[in-house]
Amino acid sequence: MTNPQSQGQLSANGELVHLLTLEGLPREIIVRILDTAQSFLGVTEREVKKVPLLRGMSVFNVFFENSTRTRTTFEIAAKRLSADVINLNVSTSSTTKGETLLDTVDNLAAMHADMFVVRHSQSGAAHMIARHVGPERHVINAGDGRHAHPTQGLLDAYTIRHYKKDFSGLTVAIVGDILHSRVARSLIHVLNILGTPEVRVIAPQTLLPAGVESLGVRVFPDMRKGLAGADVVVMLRLQNERMRGALLPSAQEFFKYYGLTPEKLALAKPDAIVMHPGPMNRGIEIDSAVADGPHSVILPQVTFGIAVRMAVMSILGGA
Amino acid sequence: MQLPDAEALCAELVKKLRPVVTPATGMVGIHTGGAWLAERLHRELGLAIPLGRLDISFYRDDYRKSGLHKSVKASQIPFDVADRRLLLVDDVLYTGRTIRAAMNELFDYGRPESIALVALIDRGERQLPICPQYCGATLAVAKGKMLRLDRNDAGKLSLRLDDD
Repeated sequence: MTNPQSQGQLSANGELVHLLTLEGLPREIIVRILDTAQSFLGVTEREVKKVPLLRGMSVFNVFFENSTRTRTTFEIAAKRLSADVINLNVSTSSTTKGETLLDTVDNLAAMHADMFVVRHSQSGAAHMIARHVGPERHVINAGDGRHAHPTQGLLDAYTIRHYKKDFSGLTVAIVGDILHSRVARSLIHVLNILGTPEVRVIAPQTLLPAGVESLGVRVFPDMRKGLAGADVVVMLRLQNERMRGALLPSAQEFFKYYGLTPEKLALAKPDAIVMHPGPMNRGIEIDSAVADGPHSVILPQVTFGIAVRMAVMSILGGA
Repeated sequence: MQLPDAEALCAELVKKLRPVVTPATGMVGIHTGGAWLAERLHRELGLAIPLGRLDISFYRDDYRKSGLHKSVKASQIPFDVADRRLLLVDDVLYTGRTIRAAMNELFDYGRPESIALVALIDRGERQLPICPQYCGATLAVAKGKMLRLDRNDAGKLSLRLDDD
């Protein structure tokens, strides 16, 4: 396991100063984030849906890769913490004029940014920015290439804990495009840290990263076998925009073998929950009857995601 | 140092509060000691409206200095705060900063008609213009000492003095 300190997200006294990856993060930090998120959930049910923690701080959402949903949930989270939020779609501005990543960051720091939420198509981009800005400003990785999407992993863990209470007896099956999925990677790490006894990945060989077993998962090329007895089924989006070359015969073929239908879901436990990080491709990885059905917790995931991001920002902002 | 008997002070507070509470009175205890005291007062006064609990971690004025508290509990106010007379309960009143934070949080639930402050002990040394309306006792405690309420398994309340 990688030493998290070497990844630069913990201070010398073990405090979380950036959130870059869940890999190697101490269990108590993850549990603290999930517990804090639980306390934030109630805030959204009040007359004033805000707390003053980040009042006077500026959060810059710096997205070098488009994502409306993730950016929006970070924006809502920051606003509920009373921060000022500035959204930047850098892909459409300075980098196209030739400015380097770190020049962009330096300029934003000069505008008194206290926190950066960064999404980038290159793995390691958030790490590089965190190293560059130091521990005084905080960096949250909102997805870097195929590498990590830690707040998604945390909100998935939060959702599982909400419905299943305890990880110690769970079988979690992650289905689909594992190869291109930073969501899968972050989820596998957090499930292992929280002590999930059985994490399965279900995918065709062409959509599995080499040596995936070393992450602590069991591989099932046959979806029916992989779903048997699962407590949690996590469907991944088929990432068409990341596909290079012919990894799949066709979307229809994929749905036939790896799409989640009510009939396949019946192989999992009767009280299994179905998750999806969104946006969903209905009829490609998930049947509408499942997405809208009684096992689906896809929309609660979105709500929990805001509370989890509030928790991460409030812990970092006070560090 | 001889500490006052928390149970006796609690009984004293019940006596003081009995004439002022009504079926519409809302009571809110501040986590942790204030909530324990509020549970007792709420029960002994037989209040009709369920008890509220506040964890003021999201409202502390030292967040930028000290960061977010390690274990934050969810605040729960199971009644409508708007236009209600509230009793805000804490165990030990000291600088007044906790009470300020609690009032800020309460107003995010609605605009109460009034808030009265109930404290088991007032140890003085206020840093803000806040005073208790109902107080069990005043007690001078040396700076650097932490006076807090304890509750044992049988539910008995007692005061404890620690080094800060």
